[in-house]
Amino acid sequence: MTKARDIASATTPNANAALLATFPHRNLIINGACVIDQRNSGSSVTPADTNYTVDRWRYTASQASKFTFQQNAGSVTPPAGFENYMGFTVASAVTVGSGDYFAITQRIEGYNVNQLEFGTSNAKTVTLSFWVRSSLTGTFGGTLRGASFGRSYPFTYAISSANTWEYKTVTVAGDTSGTYQSGNTTGLEVIFGLGVGSTNSGTAGAWTASGHFSATGAVSVVGTGSATWYITGVQLEVGDTATPFEHRSYGDELARCRRYYQGETRQFLFYYNPSASLVNVNYQEEMRAAPTVTFTTSNGSPSAGNIGTNNCYFLITAAASGYYADYTLSAEL
Amino acid sequence: MNITSAQYQNDALTGAANAQIVATIDDATLTVPLDPANRHYAEILRQVEAGELTIADAD
Repeated sequence: MTKARDIASATTPNANAALLATFPHRNLIINGACVIDQRNSGSSVTPADTNYTVDRWRYTASQASKFTFQQNAGSVTPPAGFENYMGFTVASAVTVGSGDYFAITQRIEGYNVNQLEFGTSNAKTVTLSFWVRSSLTGTFGGTLRGASFGRSYPFTYAISSANTWEYKTVTVAGDTSGTYQSGNTTGLEVIFGLGVGSTNSGTAGAWTASGHFSATGAVSVVGTGSATWYITGVQLEVGDTATPFEHRSYGDELARCRRYYQGETRQFLFYYNPSASLVNVNYQEEMRAAPTVTFTTSNGSPSAGNIGTNNCYFLITAAASGYYADYTLSAEL
Repeated sequence: MNITSAQYQNDALTGAANAQIVATIDDATLTVPLDPANRHYAEILRQVEAGELTIADAD
């Protein structure tokens, strides 16, 4: 019997979910298991607004230096089946003002969510699932946000036991309004609030024509000194049922991340002449957009040019001896 | 995203004018292509439009 026929004949939601769980490419989230950490390699950082933490996960904040971030912060045992998680710790507590916001988000490229048909009468229901753990308990919040950040669906989830991993699911009826981006810009964004003021919070359980970060009344993690908030196993999929997390191979996940960021720490060999050297740089994956180039270390005066989505050139001059350059390429959303 | 400076840069090989922008963002020096889908370029344009940033001419 084919899988399609199996699904058609399934008589219970659980049976259906078990079959759906065998299908690949269900998870619209990249690096949902927090395995890839190209920027920080597991080190603790104090992220600034719009900085990325583990790959594809973007921190945003209205005030600086209130959180530290580390892959596997606190070295707690992850949920069964996982090796890694994102860990936020409050470095300096603050009572959020009405306009304040602290959040971790993943912006999903329009190409990857076209199938959802958001903004039409055919909009599909989606389900978000994740494992979360906090030193705090209560009702926490987040949103799905889209339509050029002009529409959002605030949601809540409860953490009942401190310092304990809990599995959460949130099912959201697709948005039938708004104009959702379908190309290489942000199509949909998943946001988890870590402390959001009233201006950027909305009533949970309904789409609204505002780009909120969280649900009204949600716990403010940033409001408690040294509070922790950890998450992993984030999955967003079509349908009203959360299926088991789709574990992808390390290579597959890394390749997906490299569409948005590539950090090259290897030495780069340049053709040598006495005054300058030039090299064509082919990226390891085609990138979402022409990337920003940052040289991290080099032994001369490097510059980049003709920056495209597949390659660019490096020109390096005034090297004392030999030529090399380490660099990053960023085409994040 | 804290942008403290931005300057056009000509293409080092062809000499084409204003081929990209070299900017200081969050205390790092970045080479930013003129791609509207690039988030750094989009933010530079937003700040220029808002009167918060000026892009200096190329050397």
